[in-house]
Amino acid sequence: MIEIRNVRKTFGALTVLKGINLDVNKGELLCLIGASGSGKSTLLQCINGLEPIQGGEIVVDGVSVHDPKTNINTLRQKLGIVFQQYNAFPHLTALENVALAPRVVAKRSRKEARALALKHLEHVGLGSKADSLPSQMSGGQQQRLAIARALAMEPSYMLFDEVTSALDPELVGEVLETMRLLKREGMTMVVVTHDISFARESADRVAFLHQGEVCEIGTAGEVIDNPHKEQTQKFLRREKRQPLEVA
Amino acid sequence: MQFQFANQGLGWSDTYFLAQGVLNTIRLAVAATIVGTLAGIVLGWLRTVSVTVRFITAPFIDIVRSVPMIIQLILANSFLSLLGIGASPFLFGTVALSLWMSAVTAEVVRAGLLSVPLQYRKSARSLGMNGLQELVYISMPLAFRTALTPWIGLVLSLIKDSALAGVVGYVEYMRSTQILITRTHETWLLLMGAGLFYFIICYPVSRYSRRLERRIVV
Repeated sequence: MIEIRNVRKTFGALTVLKGINLDVNKGELLCLIGASGSGKSTLLQCINGLEPIQGGEIVVDGVSVHDPKTNINTLRQKLGIVFQQYNAFPHLTALENVALAPRVVAKRSRKEARALALKHLEHVGLGSKADSLPSQMSGGQQQRLAIARALAMEPSYMLFDEVTSALDPELVGEVLETMRLLKREGMTMVVVTHDISFARESADRVAFLHQGEVCEIGTAGEVIDNPHKEQTQKFLRREKRQPLEVA
Repeated sequence: MQFQFANQGLGWSDTYFLAQGVLNTIRLAVAATIVGTLAGIVLGWLRTVSVTVRFITAPFIDIVRSVPMIIQLILANSFLSLLGIGASPFLFGTVALSLWMSAVTAEVVRAGLLSVPLQYRKSARSLGMNGLQELVYISMPLAFRTALTPWIGLVLSLIKDSALAGVVGYVEYMRSTQILITRTHETWLLLMGAGLFYFIICYPVSRYSRRLERRIVV
């Protein structure tokens, strides 16, 4: 379980998170939605300690993330994260990308790590791409590679930071399909997304963030289809209008 | 009885002398490349991660990079003599050239490390790698790609600058050539030979680096 208690985060004079309270329960898919700058991505990066916080506490399975006594490298093995930019290591093949952390962090043998990597590549449908370099793969494939790489550490939680935002529209589907697969397998997931339809169909709960605070939280049916707060309604109207503007 | 100068024209016996100079040049260049590069990698890395180190080592880097090698060599040699510290010409040449190599390599390494996009480093850390693992498996290989070409340029400079080590008494190839010129006055022939020698050494290095670059940058 991830417990987020009154978390405050500032960049200089700018306060990005103004006391966030949020729980992520085992096995659920929680979507974080909100306008750009509402603090969703920052919150996600605070959860695995990539960003320091200025107040409050984040506790993962009873361990405080930002406590200086916590071994953050051990804790991070529990928290897989996938970024908007796929960040596949460009000097390594797909297989090496996935096998690296199991080998050097989890101290598995070279052979074990390769077998594990191949298993996870096949899991996300990239078995045939094992020996390809990221530069020889499409954006969607690279993003699935990033998912496989995070999964290879066998995390308890997966964090997704706008993973489809940088993709060409026709490549979004394959990445979302991989995420649905993980959900069916019972993975606990926190998904920052602009994709309202994905949130509606897949999320167990949806949290709407507005100006660094959790404005509204509940099931997808409550927050997306029947929002109570005025800010949520305004945001959703804007998001729903966008596809029309593009077309 | 005929009186004969022992040191008239250029003879086959001189090839041994010149070969000695060639070997000395190669020894000096190889030693200074290895020592200077290793020291430069450490220095460059330290200068990337620590503001204090960057501040403290800035004068060293700036002076070494901006003052001509020949002046550095002569001044350092005189300075050591004044202190009464005698070193073998080879050791002195190696130290002097290594210092130069470490300073310029450090800047190339630093630029290479800074060119690694933050997102890759973040990804590595998010997988549970510690700072050292991230450096070894991600930052260094990526920095290597950026730094390889400028570093080869430095090696070529170093090989050519090793010709200056003659001024501190090290008989490398250029010095042995000069000695023979003084004796035989075969200036043209000997200097052409010396020029050809440096070309033969440097050209393959630069060719090889071009091939390496093409292979690395996919």
